[in-house]
Amino acid sequence: MRTALAVLRKDLLLELRTFETVPAMVLFSLTTFVIFHFALDRPSLHGQLAAGVLTATLLFAAMLAVNRLFVAEREQGGFDAFLLAPVDRNAMLLAKVAGLFLFLSALEVVAVPAFALFLLARSLPPVLPALIAILALANVAFAVVGTLVSAIAVQGRARDLIGPIIGLPLLVPALIATARGIGPVLAAGGTPAPPGKWLAVLALYDVVNVLVAYAVFDFLLED
Amino acid sequence: MQRSLTAHARHLRELSVATIVTLTVALVLVFFYAPLDANQGFVQKIFYLHVPLAIISLCGYVLGGVLAIGYLRTGDRIWDMRSYCAIHMSLIFSVAGLVAGSIWAKASWGHWWVWQEPTLVSYLIVILLFATYQPMRFSIEDPERQARYASVFAVVAGAFVPLNFIAVRLSAQYVHPRVLTLEGGNLPGSMRLTFLVSFVGLSLLFATLMKFEMLAKSSRIETRRLRRMLLGDDAVGPLRRSAAPS
Repeated sequence: MRTALAVLRKDLLLELRTFETVPAMVLFSLTTFVIFHFALDRPSLHGQLAAGVLTATLLFAAMLAVNRLFVAEREQGGFDAFLLAPVDRNAMLLAKVAGLFLFLSALEVVAVPAFALFLLARSLPPVLPALIAILALANVAFAVVGTLVSAIAVQGRARDLIGPIIGLPLLVPALIATARGIGPVLAAGGTPAPPGKWLAVLALYDVVNVLVAYAVFDFLLED
Repeated sequence: MQRSLTAHARHLRELSVATIVTLTVALVLVFFYAPLDANQGFVQKIFYLHVPLAIISLCGYVLGGVLAIGYLRTGDRIWDMRSYCAIHMSLIFSVAGLVAGSIWAKASWGHWWVWQEPTLVSYLIVILLFATYQPMRFSIEDPERQARYASVFAVVAGAFVPLNFIAVRLSAQYVHPRVLTLEGGNLPGSMRLTFLVSFVGLSLLFATLMKFEMLAKSSRIETRRLRRMLLGDDAVGPLRRSAAPS
């Protein structure tokens, strides 16, 4: 646990000093909203269409962070240093998942209000609790699967290509559950409570992937 | 390696003969015994190809994951090769199954592709995921690391198959005929018999082809080893980078 905190602290410090990943994700999301506005030719969105635009944008923005997650470890010998230290390897998994989760949350703190401002037809505050519940579960899914995929892809030659092409199909169930869960919440006169079915699917997806990641992550660090 | 060579060659002839016989019987049953479907007519017969292909390829993907666990536990490369061959064969089977399903959808629903159909859609997602298996292997040069990473991928993706089906099925209404329900389905006896025979035939085909692939791969590795032993290291050129286990 202390190791995980140390690695997480290192990652956050790195991000605070360089401002590399999160600002890029935010800019990417804002540009994507503009792109969706022109591509769909709508002044505002509601319901399933709004949910789809928001979820797809967040998913693609998450891919940016996924691609960069292990690059510093690989290029500056962080992996070797970590392997030399007598610590539990799953600390790395925990730290990276927590880091990615925080990055995604930071992104959403900016991107979701921006989405409401630019595109959403209904007012945001009443549905905020429901939205936070769904997005928190979705962030866990993106973080766990993203960490796993990033760790697989980073050792390859075409890692920027391999990461997204493995990650996107793997995340399709999470995308379905998130988008379908947010859909009714963002409907014009929608209910502020998220559909329990989709929360349950997201939770199941999270649990299974956390267990799988915990079981196999060791092998991705061996050398 | 000698041990594995003989293991892969064992019963290969009997298996091949059984495959050919069962598939022939299945074809005869499909065309001469099973009744014509009242609504769909002749084109319904593609059901005897499409459904077994789909079920077998999905089981093959999960099998690939299970075999990959064998590699992660033992570190014996033979398990990686088995896992690779299972996924490779499943890819071929599932693309065939997807094409057959598309033809059936065109004939019975009027469209080549139907998004309301959860089984078809989740099947496509699984294929898209496993289609990245070989590019992923190809991008990793060190064979040891390639085997390990590919095994991790196979385990993750194997667990993904059932999850994906749950998510997609919940998201869509039923269009697909539920022919194989827990209650035994609503197939008439003659159709069920035909289906079972063709299912067994295609499963045998999967097993036979997988064994042939493993035999071919391990004999290639063995040949290289023997050439190197007899002619010296210089006589054997370096391996090309490959997605296949080597």
